[in-house]
Amino acid sequence: MSYYEHVIISRPDISETQVKEMVIQLTEKFTSLGGKVVDTEYWGLRKLAYRINKNRKAHYSFLKLDAPFEAVQEVERLHRIDDDILRYMTIRVDEHTDETSPIMRKREDRERKPRAPR
Amino acid sequence: MAKKLDIKIENLPVRSQFSRRRKVCPFAGENGKTIDYKDPKMLARYMSEKGKIVPSRISSVTHKKQRVLAKAIKRARFLALLPYAAN
Repeated sequence: MSYYEHVIISRPDISETQVKEMVIQLTEKFTSLGGKVVDTEYWGLRKLAYRINKNRKAHYSFLKLDAPFEAVQEVERLHRIDDDILRYMTIRVDEHTDETSPIMRKREDRERKPRAPR
Repeated sequence: MAKKLDIKIENLPVRSQFSRRRKVCPFAGENGKTIDYKDPKMLARYMSEKGKIVPSRISSVTHKKQRVLAKAIKRARFLALLPYAAN
């Protein structure tokens, strides 16, 4: 099956746990539709570069998929119905790069830096 | 009173201040950086302050990589990682 990268931008006023639950439901949905979610990432609540229907911040989640196109079409149809999701983008890729995406790498560096002693 | 400069701008040699050094495309070859639509910080380097994509004759990116770069920037803009017009 083909590889896809799927980015979901969801509303800021839902909590982080809800976003993670939604991603877990998506992985089950994909397995039930005959696909597989290779990896998921949560980029966190980020400031948007411009307002998307009145929101300044949004939750970003990222999924690496290995699924048939029917599964992807079905999930995208669900995204259109779901009003928690502001925007989604699915990109077909040749193969998955295994290292974490650049946004995650910066978050890890920031956390690993030792806090200045108070 | 400052000595009036008698050198006129027009007859200054034009070529002198432009660097003739051929700049190397940062994405060419094996060790070049990979272009990724998920990396806004690296893509922003190829955008002007107003948020427009810098032409390849200025950023010295090869024509093939410039097309890939433009597509990545447009995807990042759609995902609101990069602004359409930075004001």
